[in-house]
Amino acid sequence: MIKKEMIAMLLAGGQGSRLGVLTAKVAKPAVAFGGKYRIIDFPLSNCINSGVDTVGVLTQYQPLRLNTHIGIGIPWDLDRNIGGVSVLPPYEKSSDTEWYTGTANAIYQNIEYMDSFNPDYVLILSGDHIYKMDYEVMLDYHKSKGAEVTLAAMPVPYEEAKRFGILITDEDRKISEFEEKPENPRSNLASMGIYIFNWKTLKEALIANAAQPALDFGKHVIPYCHSKGSPCYAYEYNGYWKDVGTLHSYWEANMELIDIVPEFNLYEEYWKIYTKSDTLPPQYISADSVVERCIIGEGAQIYGKVYNSVIGCGVIIGAGTVVRDSIIMNETEIGAGCEIYKGILAENVKVGDHVKLGVGEEAENETDPHIYNHGLVTVGEKSVIPSNVSVGKNSVVSGITEAADYPEGYLASGKTMIKAGDKA
Amino acid sequence: MRAIGIILAGGNNHRMKELSQKRAIAAMPVAGSYRSIDFALSNMTNSRIGRVAVFTQYNARSLNEHLSSSKWWDFGRKQGGLSVFTPMITSENNAWYRGTADSIYQNLDFLKESHEPYVVIASGDCIYKMDYNKVLEYHIAKKADITVVCKDMPAGVNVDRYGVLKMNEESRIEEFEEKPIVANSNTISCGIYVIRRRQLIELIEKCAEEGQYDFVKDILIRYKNQKRIFGYKIHDYWKNIASVEDYFEANMDFLKPDIRNYFFREYPDIYSKVDDLPPAKYNVGAKIKNSLISSGSIINGTVEDSVIFKGVFVGNNCTIKNSIILNDVYIGDNTYIENCIVESHDTVRANSYHKGEGGIKIVIEKNDRYVM
Repeated sequence: MIKKEMIAMLLAGGQGSRLGVLTAKVAKPAVAFGGKYRIIDFPLSNCINSGVDTVGVLTQYQPLRLNTHIGIGIPWDLDRNIGGVSVLPPYEKSSDTEWYTGTANAIYQNIEYMDSFNPDYVLILSGDHIYKMDYEVMLDYHKSKGAEVTLAAMPVPYEEAKRFGILITDEDRKISEFEEKPENPRSNLASMGIYIFNWKTLKEALIANAAQPALDFGKHVIPYCHSKGSPCYAYEYNGYWKDVGTLHSYWEANMELIDIVPEFNLYEEYWKIYTKSDTLPPQYISADSVVERCIIGEGAQIYGKVYNSVIGCGVIIGAGTVVRDSIIMNETEIGAGCEIYKGILAENVKVGDHVKLGVGEEAENETDPHIYNHGLVTVGEKSVIPSNVSVGKNSVVSGITEAADYPEGYLASGKTMIKAGDKA
Repeated sequence: MRAIGIILAGGNNHRMKELSQKRAIAAMPVAGSYRSIDFALSNMTNSRIGRVAVFTQYNARSLNEHLSSSKWWDFGRKQGGLSVFTPMITSENNAWYRGTADSIYQNLDFLKESHEPYVVIASGDCIYKMDYNKVLEYHIAKKADITVVCKDMPAGVNVDRYGVLKMNEESRIEEFEEKPIVANSNTISCGIYVIRRRQLIELIEKCAEEGQYDFVKDILIRYKNQKRIFGYKIHDYWKNIASVEDYFEANMDFLKPDIRNYFFREYPDIYSKVDDLPPAKYNVGAKIKNSLISSGSIINGTVEDSVIFKGVFVGNNCTIKNSIILNDVYIGDNTYIENCIVESHDTVRANSYHKGEGGIKIVIEKNDRYVM
C-alpha cells in the first residue's frame, strides 16, 4: 500500500486582487518575484527541502501560467514515480459540481487525492508567501506536543496585530482562543496560514462541515477542531516571512533582496530556491552602463543605468535609460533615453524611447487608491508604451497603448488606463 | 529521425595547459553559463536526433557530472536518449580508446543495435549552431559515402593544427591532410561527419582488423580516392577549443553583440544543465563595463571586458580586466587581475595581483575560503 507520512496541499487558486493588473492574467502564485522566481517557488522549494515529496497544488483562477510553470515538477525534483506534484483544478462531479468556494472547501473536494497516499499528516500551505521554513521541524514539534492541529505563527508588532488572525496560547503554546483581526489584540502571535493536521482530524472536520458555504480554514475548520477538543498548538516561527499581498508589500519584498546581506538571503548554499529557468545565458552589461545595488536575471542586456532595482531574465534596458527603485519582470524591453522611477513593469512589456514613468506630482489613484499607491507606477504584462510619453505616479497602464492615449504626451498621476478588456 | 548521433568527447590537449588537468575539453566552461559539449548536444536535440552517445575517457568526472541527467537537453526519453560510454574491460578487449575509430569500434554494438540509417559524428569541443538535417540532406543529394563539414578560414590564419582539405568543383574532397606543416588550402574540417550507419560499421570493422585506430587518418584520408567523400561548407560561426588562446578568444567572442545574439537570442536555443542559482547581484561599488556576468555571482568591484562565470564573488575594490573567471571563484578585496583565466573553485586572497604579460596567465590558487 502506498504510504506517505506527510503530504502537502498548496492553495494556489486565489486571484490576489490587491496586486492589480499584475494578476489580471495570472494567479498570484505565478507572479514573478526576485528577478527569476515566481511566488509559488518558495513554498514548493520549502516542500522538497523539507523532504515533503507529495504536493497537491489547488488551482482555480487563471491557471495557465501556473500549470506551465509547474509542469511535472522537474525544477523542484517533484517528478516522482509515487507522489510528486499534482495540479488539482475543480472538476465536474455527478452531482453538486461547484468551484472551490473557500480554502477548506478546495481541500474537501480533494479528499480522494489525499486518501490515495494514506498520510498520517497533511500540511496546508498557501502559495503567496515569501519565506524559508523546514516543515519537517514543524512536524516534529507537532508530534512532540501530541497536537492534532499545529498552526505556524509569527510574533508581529502589537499595532499590526489587528490585521491578522491572532492566536492566544498558554505557556506550553497550546492554543486557548482565536481572534480574527481583533481591535484590541491580547496576543501578538499571528497565524501565517501554514497548518499541519492529523489526517484523521482534518478529514472528519471537512466532512462534518461540508455543507458550510465558503468553507474556510481560519473561520470554520480550525475553530471546529478546537471546539471538539482536538489539541491545537502554535508553532512559533521567527525567520523572514512576507505576505506579498499588496503592490507595496510586493515591491518592498523585492527591494529587500538588494541589501548587502539581505534578511532573506537567496545566496546561501543551504536551502536553495528552485524555479523553472527558461533562460540560461549570462547577462551582458555594456561599456556605458551603470549597475548599482541591483539583482539581474539571466540573459538580460543592460545598456543604460540601473540603480536599486530588480531586473528579470531576458530584459533589455536601452542606452541612456535610467531605472531606479523599480521591478522589471522577464523579457520586458525598454528603449533608449527613458527614465523609470518606482515602476513595476510586468512581463513582456515594450516601452519605446524617451519614456518617463513615475514622474510628476503625487495624486491619489482615481479608481483603486487601495491598490495603486505609495507613488508606484504599474504596467501590466504585454503592454506597449509608445515613445516620448510620460506617466505620473500612482498610475497604472495596461494593454497596447498609442501616443493618442496620452493627452499632451502625459498620463497624469493617479490615472488608470486599462485597454482591450484587461480590466483587473 | 533518420540519424543517430555520436559525440567524441574523449580528448585532451596539452595546448590547453593546466586547464585540461581537471577535465576533458568537452567539459570546459564556455560563455559564462555553458560547457563546450552543450553546443553539440543542443545541436543534436534541435536537429531532432533522439539517440545520442558520448564517447569519453580523459578525466571524465567533470563531464559525467554535467551529463548526470539528460533531461536538460530533452534526452530523458524511453526511446533513445543519451548514453555515455567510457572504455570497458571485456573478454575481448582491455585497452583504452586508442583513437577515435577505436572508440567507435569498442562501442560498435550501439551502432549495430540502432535502426536509423545514418550517423552524425560530432566532437564535443566546438562552439557552433547547426541543423545536422541540412548536412544529411546534402549527403543524400550528393550520394556521398561520407560528408565532412568544413569551413574556409580567413587568409593568413595558421591552419596547421586542423585537418586541411581541398575539394573539386562538385565538392568532392580530393586532398585531405591532418595537421600539415605547410598547408596548401585554407579549408579546414570542422570534425563533423555524416555517414550511413552500415557503411560506418563496415569501415570501422575493417580498420580494427588492420589494427588502425584513427577516424581521420585511417578512414577519411585512407579512403579519400576510393569512397565518395564530400565537403559541406559552412559560413556561420564555428570555433574549436584546442588551446588556451582559442579558449580565451572563444569566450571573448561572446562580448560581441552579433555573436552574443546569434547564440543567446536567436532560435534555436543552446541548452545546459540548470544550476538553480539566484540572479547576479551588484552591490554599491560595482562598476561593470562590457562584460558578461552569470547567475549566482556577487560583484562589489570593477569588471571590464571580462567574462564572469557562475557563482563568482568579486570583493570590494577589486579590478578585473580582460579576463575570464570560471565557476565558483572567490576573489578577495583589493585584488587586481588582468589578462588572466582564473581556474574554477579558486580562492584568490585579498590584495593579490595577477597580470598576464605578453599572453594569457592561468591563475590557480587553492586557498582556504573562510568567509562567504
